[in-house]
Amino acid sequence: MDNFKKIKDLFKNKKPNPADKIDITRKRFRWSDFIAEKIIKSVAFLSITIIILIFIFVFRESFPIFNFAKKEKPKTEQVSNTQEQYGVETTAPEKQEQYGVEETTAPEKQEQYGVQTTEDTTKGESFTPQEVTESGSTTDNNKSALKTLPTKVWQPVSDNPRYGLLPLLIGTIKITLISLLFAGPLAILAALYTSVFAPKRLKELIKPTIEMLAGVPSVVIGFFALMVMATFLQNLFGYDVRLNSFVGGIAMGLAAIPIIYTITEDALTAVPKTYYEASLALGASKWQTAFFVILPAATPGIFAAILLGIGRVFGETMIALMATGNAAMMGLNPFESVRTLAATIGAEMAEVVFGDTHYNVLFLIGSMLFIFTFAINAIAEFWVKGKLMKKIQGK
Amino acid sequence: MIFKKFKQDAKGFIFEGITLLSALIIIAILVVMLVVIVKGGKSMFTWEFLSTFPTEGMTKGGIFPAIFGTALLVIIMSIAAVPFGTITAIYLTEYAKENSFIARSIRFAVRTLAVIPSIIYGLFGLGFFIKFVGTGMDSIFTGGQLKWGQPNILWASLTMALLTLPVVIVSVEEALKTIPRDLREASLALGATKWQTIRKVVLPGSYSGIMTGTILAVSRGAGEVAPILFTGAAYYLATLPHSLSDQFMVLGYHIYIMSTQSANVDQTLPIQFGTTLVLLLLTFSLNFTAIILRYRIRKKRIA
Amino acid sequence: MKNLKIHTENMYLYYGSKMALNNVSIEIPENKVTALIGPSGCGKSTFLRSLNRMNDLIDSVKIEGNIFIDDINIYDKNIDVVNLRKKVGMVFQKSNPFAKSIFENVAYGPRINGINNNNELTEIVEKSLQNAAIWDEVKDRLHDSALGLSGGQQQRLCIARTLAVNPEVILMDEPASALDPISTSKIEELIVQLKENYTIVIVTHNMQQAARISDDTAFFYLGELIEFGKTKKIFTNPDKKQTEDYITGRFG
Ligand SMILES: Nc1ncnc2c1ncn2[C@@H]1O[C@H](COP(=O)(O)OP(=O)(O)OP(=O)(O)O)[C@@H](O)[C@H]1O
Ligand SMILES: [Mg+2]
Repeated sequence: MDNFKKIKDLFKNKKPNPADKIDITRKRFRWSDFIAEKIIKSVAFLSITIIILIFIFVFRESFPIFNFAKKEKPKTEQVSNTQEQYGVETTAPEKQEQYGVEETTAPEKQEQYGVQTTEDTTKGESFTPQEVTESGSTTDNNKSALKTLPTKVWQPVSDNPRYGLLPLLIGTIKITLISLLFAGPLAILAALYTSVFAPKRLKELIKPTIEMLAGVPSVVIGFFALMVMATFLQNLFGYDVRLNSFVGGIAMGLAAIPIIYTITEDALTAVPKTYYEASLALGASKWQTAFFVILPAATPGIFAAILLGIGRVFGETMIALMATGNAAMMGLNPFESVRTLAATIGAEMAEVVFGDTHYNVLFLIGSMLFIFTFAINAIAEFWVKGKLMKKIQGK
Repeated sequence: MIFKKFKQDAKGFIFEGITLLSALIIIAILVVMLVVIVKGGKSMFTWEFLSTFPTEGMTKGGIFPAIFGTALLVIIMSIAAVPFGTITAIYLTEYAKENSFIARSIRFAVRTLAVIPSIIYGLFGLGFFIKFVGTGMDSIFTGGQLKWGQPNILWASLTMALLTLPVVIVSVEEALKTIPRDLREASLALGATKWQTIRKVVLPGSYSGIMTGTILAVSRGAGEVAPILFTGAAYYLATLPHSLSDQFMVLGYHIYIMSTQSANVDQTLPIQFGTTLVLLLLTFSLNFTAIILRYRIRKKRIA
Repeated sequence: MKNLKIHTENMYLYYGSKMALNNVSIEIPENKVTALIGPSGCGKSTFLRSLNRMNDLIDSVKIEGNIFIDDINIYDKNIDVVNLRKKVGMVFQKSNPFAKSIFENVAYGPRINGINNNNELTEIVEKSLQNAAIWDEVKDRLHDSALGLSGGQQQRLCIARTLAVNPEVILMDEPASALDPISTSKIEELIVQLKENYTIVIVTHNMQQAARISDDTAFFYLGELIEFGKTKKIFTNPDKKQTEDYITGRFG
């Protein structure tokens, strides 16, 4: 504490003794700084680590399906008699050999739900899936399961399980399209209004209000769609099945709107003022400028907004579970029930046996979703941003 | 000439009108949603409903355990997410070189975390926390007896913490950026070390930002259901969780279960609306607080 | 020149590829006030900030050549930068008190030096405030926020804050540029008093100020040190035409 002593000296006899000049020639080691820096630097890598871990662990659980070599049968003998009635106290002893008993108290209910809303019977049969068949090794199961992936029937719970992903994929794409057709124009036009036309005070009111939508939990949107929108839209359009990809798509659109809106708004606001002024100076009117100058200039940003909107809808689970009818069907009719990839994971993961083929297939679906959203984000981030910068700076 | 001008104006009016209409449609849907839920749920919004357990096979009674579980979830989640998020934000603003590869990679990772679907977090929680960490802990501590290798509130909260981590990072980073460079320089010029500067000047100036981040994270975590579907949320429990290895009830899951999985959906409609109203009030009031805090931070930056 | 405190040898500084200081060699004596003058953007602040390695904070900065303080090369790799900044204090153009009380602002430096004893802190704070000629104005409200002070008071508080660490050199970057004439003259008086115990390097745009308070003056232009000498000589009989043009205000 050389400096410490010196400070005290100074104020005692005014003039510091030249002999205790502050020594700067030795680099001092400071523990607290060293440790703080090490901790902060390692924690900062957490985000990257998590991404990598998600990658590894979601894939890891899906991997066995590609593995034809002999492997042990899943340990769980039976998961069995889960109680149908809720309200029954979950009992501790059972926990010991069973995974996830508590939250699987209602697998049958879930199936019933599918039955209630659709006539699709593929999933209607009451089932006793958890009893792992004594005969037939897992290897064979994997082999045949892998073969069924590109087929049209998703029927994971039966004596002859089929894991055809096509209906799920079609359902997901259908829903995504519908929700984009609904949310895209609404959100983009609304963004155009707030960034170009709206008086400042109105903008400050509208913008946060629309962004409030982002704060509504998706389970609440799902509930609203299920209880209110479904009936309303059915009465309006008069289709047969109450819960279908149309209702689900609109509901998911509500979740996508704030994302598309916010990013589009940012992109529109980032268009330099000079564009606007130059266009007006050339005699274009305000709306012409907005639609033919500002909107095109912000295209890359709007494209990014739509991409991220797609990512949001593609992976949305709760709304899909609650508002789409959950039947894995192949048709292109928007008023049919559908089942999305994400909803399939959400509905079935709780009832599968850990480690069996069905479980692995669900993780495979998860891996697909992960890769898809990762790619979408990467495109939005690098490609679109680069273009936007070029476009705005280049001119 | 006049006619042409009029035609122009009419077109402008229509096009501008379409954009205004779009904004209004969005707002109208939001308002209808709020009104319907408030109308449907307000009769249930009593102290009794909030403070009692469900009874008669969840067809009567309150939602206390779900509220309790939600609170516990977000608390444990915050304990995990806020420090790590804050430290990451400190790294990005105070240590990383602005355009270095590492900083850009971390920012990309953070934004990726923000867009990964929440169901993937659920899968990760299952595959990593429950099957890998939990089962591992069991083989070490309980000799293979199942205790941690199954869904519980700890794993659910940690899963949720991963999901809300980017929310915290982004808010705190924004707040840290509002601390003027001047003040950091003043501190360093007085011979403070970097860490002293962060601890005594930077962090005290960003408490409101950390608060905002925490509130937004809590609001998000309280509403998400997909990540906890199979990492710890329970359908019904007669007792509150009393250890980290217990399962728990939670508001969002309760809404989902009651509206889709119960045999008599119609009979429990008021409970469903009531629960939805509670969840909505919770997330909205949190968001609202965060918006006000954030607004004040931004104002500070401009000043 | 006797008692050299700071000297530089063939110093170059670059922001990325842009050169901001071009071959600067200067010798600054101890216990004197040295003024740096020159048109805006000529590198005065850049030079000043390299004397306590504040430029280290800017990623793009590259420095060549040598800077010595007490004959020690401060860009040597063994130099303790934290201690260097205790030795070479700095007062900024814009006053930048922390959002803490007046007392805590001044006590900040001693505290980070490990002084936590209240009596000692009180003593140091009082002395520093007195030395910065602001004690009488704030002695009754030491625990009020420093942000409530006027601009001139804030700047003197910042000087007090620097004094409390007891540096050997004080660098001042236009410390009075944002102040009214009365505050300015107070700070000028203060600087003249302080040189008894400190070596002071001050950047100013105010020619009268430089003439009034400094012993030596350095004229910078486009990153080069054009002329350096006794203030009296620079202001009455400069060697270089550019210096004369600048001082007499004939400069573009
Ligand atoms: N952080 C930086 N990055 C890049 N260039 C910089 C940076 N800081 C200063 N410069 C440039 O270096 C040159 C010298 O700047 P400096 O601030 O030292 O000038 P100055 O003499 O202090 O001017 P003023 O009197 O206006 O304060 C200027 O051309 C400036 O644009
Ligand atoms: Mg300057």
